[in-house]
Amino acid sequence: MNAIAEALFVAEPFQAAGDIVIDCNVNNIFYGDFLAVRDSTVPIEKKKITGFIGPSGCGKSTVLRSLNRMNDLISAFRFEGSVMYHGQDIYAKKVDPVVVRRYIGMVFQQPNPFSMSIFDNVAFGLRLNRFKGDLEERVERALKRAALWKEVKDKLKNSGLSLSGGQQQRLCIARAIATEPDVLLMDEPCSALDPIATRQVEELMLELKQNYTVALVTHNMQQATRVADTTAFFSVDISRGGRTGYLVEMGPTRQIFEAPREQLTKEYISGEFS
Amino acid sequence: MSDIDSTSRLEGAFALPQLDYQALEPRALKSGFLTSLTWIAALLASIPLFSVIYMLLAQGGTRLFGADVVEVLTGLPPAGFEIGGGIGPAILGTLVMVGIASAISVPFGILAAVYLGVLDPTSKIATTSRFLAKVLTGFPSILAGVFVYAVVVIHWGYSALAGGVALAVLMLPTLVLAAEEAMAQVPQKMKDAAYGMGCTQTEVIWKVVLPTGLPGILTGVMLAVAGAAGESAPLLFTALFSNYYISELAEPTASLSILIYNFSGMPFENQIELAWTASLVLVLIVLLFNILARLVGRPKV
Ligand SMILES: Nc1ncnc2c1ncn2[C@@H]1O[C@H](COP(=O)(O)OP(=O)(O)O)[C@@H](O)[C@H]1O
Ligand SMILES: [Mg+2]
Repeated sequence: MNAIAEALFVAEPFQAAGDIVIDCNVNNIFYGDFLAVRDSTVPIEKKKITGFIGPSGCGKSTVLRSLNRMNDLISAFRFEGSVMYHGQDIYAKKVDPVVVRRYIGMVFQQPNPFSMSIFDNVAFGLRLNRFKGDLEERVERALKRAALWKEVKDKLKNSGLSLSGGQQQRLCIARAIATEPDVLLMDEPCSALDPIATRQVEELMLELKQNYTVALVTHNMQQATRVADTTAFFSVDISRGGRTGYLVEMGPTRQIFEAPREQLTKEYISGEFS
Repeated sequence: MSDIDSTSRLEGAFALPQLDYQALEPRALKSGFLTSLTWIAALLASIPLFSVIYMLLAQGGTRLFGADVVEVLTGLPPAGFEIGGGIGPAILGTLVMVGIASAISVPFGILAAVYLGVLDPTSKIATTSRFLAKVLTGFPSILAGVFVYAVVVIHWGYSALAGGVALAVLMLPTLVLAAEEAMAQVPQKMKDAAYGMGCTQTEVIWKVVLPTGLPGILTGVMLAVAGAAGESAPLLFTALFSNYYISELAEPTASLSILIYNFSGMPFENQIELAWTASLVLVLIVLLFNILARLVGRPKV
């Protein structure tokens, strides 16, 4: 057992230049007995977009959802390692995952607005946090930042579900940023969108970077090159019968795409496997 | 030309497709025959329904839509050879008892449904209670009356409260199953969104699951109410009957269904007419709640 462990590949830790908001050190992530992700160190830099790429099933979503303890909702999930958020381990016993999620917001793969009005969708988190200030102003600001205001300002009372897919996704982004979370996790936010809506959301991400730290899972390598400052490449290790994901290489996006250090990365970005 | 083999066009000569309707083609004939058959069956099936409504309107309508409608709807039931009178106490009694039943069964039903549908759908308790609720929906309603007779009436006598409890027992399973179904329909991705915003489980239930499932829950409530309003057997053993307006919940109370039962067997024209009127009123009440159920049940998801 130990001999094998010695032989396992572990990526060189990425030395980020700027401040690190979330320092994620995965030793093992299990779903029941299944080892989904092993040995991966993924620092998330402040006010940068960190992209996660890799073949499907390599654990990108699993790692991302570990960053705000979303995976705690899956009973078989088990995390070994640490996720240091401003120096505190969010997996420490005394930490309340509900509070963690208020600081580290999330945008999902499928647009998932609530079955309530556009306004109430955006105001949801503010009301949840018993926001005392000018609700309308904050809702407007969030919708403006999410580049949705012009399209919905005359129908804020309509159901969020009446919008198109791309609009729904921007509504979900507005909802996530209305409470001004510290970090925004986005799991393939454009995979359900058409190219135009995708472009809008990408522009939005670049815009959001001014104020937020973003971690973005994408299966689209062009998207990573367009928006990510730093890219983490994950892969699946199938050599030992399992399907365990791990970090292969992490670095500035340009370096990952133009001068990858690992052969696997080179093969993946040149499209030799997916 | 009707039997072109459209699957073999690659093999040889290609005939121009014949796209017009072919009324006498075997498949068209068969389809037409089956369609007419379903029409006839549907027509036959609706005959009893329409005859009941016709009878009710014809027999009950004379008094309900007549000149003395106010007396009919508010008056006390007549005795023996008396003329006039009305079904006021029975209408009020039915509404009060259905109200009591809802006040008991709606909160319990929804709470139970939250447990079954959201909190722990696969636990032993949940599967057992779900199974029991399904069994109880087919439960003969008279048994609800006997049960409440044994538990409540023997100790405290006949009363509107006992009647309400019996109706609540009947409403509960329908309600629990409808509300559970409504909440189970709330997509997981919506719940994920709420958790992602930093909701506790309680907040997810109160702020997202219940409001989203509300139309379905209300439909269940309305259907359960409509069902309970028409019940007679459980009231026979619990609320009994009264000729006067209900003045307190702890006394025997009139209800439309029992009034119909009592009056239809009497040898007096006036009472029989009132029994018909009461039937029509009851059907209208049930209909009203069914319509409300459809209105509130428009899905929003
Ligand atoms: N809820 C779950 N229960 C069990 N296994 C899961 C669950 N979610 C993901 N997995 C498994 O974990 C591995 C990584 O999945 P995921 O993180 O979704 O990959 P990616 O997002 O890179 O496509 C996959 O093998 C997947 O089957
Ligand atoms: Mg994924």
